[in-house]
Amino acid sequence: MSAADPFFEREGARALGEVLDVAQMPSYAYGDRSPMWWATLGVIAIEGTVFALMAFAYFYLWSQSQSWPQGARPPKLTWGTLNTIILLASVLPNYWTKKAAERQDLRQVRIGMTICIVFAVAFIVVRGLEFGALNCRWDTSAYGSAVWTMLGLHTTHLVTDFLDTLVLAVLMFTGPLEGRRFVDVSENAVYWNFVVLAWLPIYAILYWAPRLSHA
Amino acid sequence: MTADAALLERTWADRPGFAGWLAAVDHKSIGKRFIVTAFCFFVAGGLLAALMRAQLARPDNKLVGPDLYNQLFTMHGSTMMFLFAVPVMEAMAVYLVPLMVGARAIAFPRMNAYAYWIYLFGGLMLYVAFFLKVGPDAGWFSYVPLAGPEYGVGKRSDFWAQLITFTEVSGLLVSIVIITTIFKLRAPGMTLDRLPLFVWAMLVTSFMVLFAMPSVMLASTMLIMDRLVGTQFYNPAAGGDAILWQHLFWFFGHPEVYFIFIPGLGFLSMLISTFSRRPVFGYPAMVLSLVATGFLSFGLWVHHMFATNVPELGKSFFTAMSMMIAIPSAVQIFCWLATLLTGRLNMKTPLLFALGFFFILVIGGLTGVLLGSVPLDLQVHDTYFVVAHLHYVLIGGAVFPLFGAWYYWFPKFTGRLMGERLGRWNFWLFFVGFNVAFWPMHHLGLQGMPRRVYTYSAEMGWGTLNLISTLGAFTIAASVLLFVINAVTSLRRGTPASANPWGAGTLEWATASPPPSCNFVELPVVRARDPLWDPAAEPGSPRRVQGLAEDTREVLVTTLMEARPDHRMASPAPTPWPFWSAVATAVMFVGSIFTPWAVVWGSIPIAIAVIAWFWPTRAETRKSLEREKQPALP
Repeated sequence: MSAADPFFEREGARALGEVLDVAQMPSYAYGDRSPMWWATLGVIAIEGTVFALMAFAYFYLWSQSQSWPQGARPPKLTWGTLNTIILLASVLPNYWTKKAAERQDLRQVRIGMTICIVFAVAFIVVRGLEFGALNCRWDTSAYGSAVWTMLGLHTTHLVTDFLDTLVLAVLMFTGPLEGRRFVDVSENAVYWNFVVLAWLPIYAILYWAPRLSHA
Repeated sequence: MTADAALLERTWADRPGFAGWLAAVDHKSIGKRFIVTAFCFFVAGGLLAALMRAQLARPDNKLVGPDLYNQLFTMHGSTMMFLFAVPVMEAMAVYLVPLMVGARAIAFPRMNAYAYWIYLFGGLMLYVAFFLKVGPDAGWFSYVPLAGPEYGVGKRSDFWAQLITFTEVSGLLVSIVIITTIFKLRAPGMTLDRLPLFVWAMLVTSFMVLFAMPSVMLASTMLIMDRLVGTQFYNPAAGGDAILWQHLFWFFGHPEVYFIFIPGLGFLSMLISTFSRRPVFGYPAMVLSLVATGFLSFGLWVHHMFATNVPELGKSFFTAMSMMIAIPSAVQIFCWLATLLTGRLNMKTPLLFALGFFFILVIGGLTGVLLGSVPLDLQVHDTYFVVAHLHYVLIGGAVFPLFGAWYYWFPKFTGRLMGERLGRWNFWLFFVGFNVAFWPMHHLGLQGMPRRVYTYSAEMGWGTLNLISTLGAFTIAASVLLFVINAVTSLRRGTPASANPWGAGTLEWATASPPPSCNFVELPVVRARDPLWDPAAEPGSPRRVQGLAEDTREVLVTTLMEARPDHRMASPAPTPWPFWSAVATAVMFVGSIFTPWAVVWGSIPIAIAVIAWFWPTRAETRKSLEREKQPALP
């Protein structure tokens, strides 16, 4: 193999005799090329496992119980359903922001992140209303404990996702900026999608599972 | 053009002084601290065990009362599992993995430092609680209802539950750090099938951690909520279920045994290869066995629950799985035997510990197969037979390889070899002491002696075997003392080590002992599984990397499967913010033992510290912009 070893000669890398020169390679990259993307995926794996185990606990308690929901009515549908719509809708500006970040279009990133933050404020406020419409307390039955904990876990994600996005948005307005900050925006959007997707099974479990079992 | 070693050292060194110590991010500094801290907890847990053995040495002994004894066995188990065995394996990986894959730094050095501090604070919290007589006392697996609000009065179980939170946060973060380092920071040309087997072992372990540790965190969070805010998860009177705890705990707890054991297997492969002076026999079989063990270990948890109301058919499934996991372990053992038999043995202390493993682990593995069968398990459940089994597996499977690993890598950590003569004494006292301490427990268990009793009466006839066991335990203590003496004296007067004192084949031996701050002055290009034995580069193909910055921290990112060069990446500089973030996190965790509002108010300082940690400075950004090169955009 000589100077044109295709194994090494990519993205500006040059194989020159005994030396592999990487000085001309990019200094950051998007998607699964970026180590931070893998860290985000790791966090998603951990938190996804937590949600799955929480769902297991919910159904396990159900399986050991004479009646379900234990002495309560299922949560009121209104706010939970409204929030599902808001969360799903937020995927659009989020996707748009991600694409803008990958084009490194600062103006569009600023607009997109601002819209995302408005969505985040909306779903956190509606989440507060959801807690008020659960038709149970956390300390009267194991059912109530499971419902509050499941919703609480997801709410923690809404809040952290909101704060991540807020801090990053402020940085995009004030600087100091460099190219790899756009990678941060792109990865923040990946995490946002996870928070939305994780909500769908939780919504089904909290709001629909007890109703369908009654029917 | 060759690399400027002095400039690289200035760029990559941690800052001097105490403030610099708190701000350190070099994975080697953090790794050494991590190892020493874990070893201190090992000694602490060992002293607790010695106290228990002293109490049990004769019948009707009055040395330790029942309340303290309950705390002793709980603290011993919790320390050994959560503060020693799992963290020490991660600690070894934090030090070794970046060197083994030929990287200038670990991925996310600041998160790595944060994980260390969180671990340290969690361990300190547990021991402060213990010395204040609020040490947990419901066993290392903290079963409800004993640990629940009704029977577990006071704050003892809450400290246990928060210990879990601390150590699991730390363990989960380190796993992400290690996976990313292995996936993205390998030297160019180190394809996945050229990974050293210890790195494979840590990759499998880290993935297992991601999917197992959340279970115990969730379980212990539910426990502390049952105790603090009146949730009813484990309370059958309000629709809860105590067995839920056991499922969640053992869904973590059984894989946990394997994330102690699998790194031990990784150490063995490295030791056996070097001291047989040949590559490990059957590399693909070894890798597949590690991966298979990782998967199978998630299908074993119910064998800890054979004495509960789990359906009989379910128990049969878990029996089959428990026996099946012996297969990949056996594959590895036969591969090592083939390596040893066809190699030229270099009979040094690390190899002695590796050989000790074979003897002890095989016995522990065989009693494991016995215990996997439901009728036998029910017979000896909660007896000393199980205590004997688990110590044979964990000490044989993990601690022996670990001591071998310490002798093996000590010269890399410190630049000096450990003494061989003391090393042999250390090994033989440990080996003999271990068997004297734990073999009699099999008999005690079969005779019906239950676990976790603070004393027994003379007419049970258990006195002699218990006395023998205690003598064995003190022999182990003496051997660990010899290890400490050996380490401390070798640190100052040991034989200075060259870069590769054992003639090993993997990359950590390609750099000086101890390595410079940047790990490798000349970054290697890899073309073989044992790069130092078999450089195997075709003439004209590259052997080293150049073009990374020398005046600022920069690492080379490579592709996932083949490790082709992909891009340069800035690596963060030292900062005290991970330390302060860990302090804020510790305040929140400890506060939440006393009031749920700590979670709300305690989050504010954490958020501030984490934002300060993330926020880029103008100087850093300017430096980064000088070296910036945009990737191709869509």
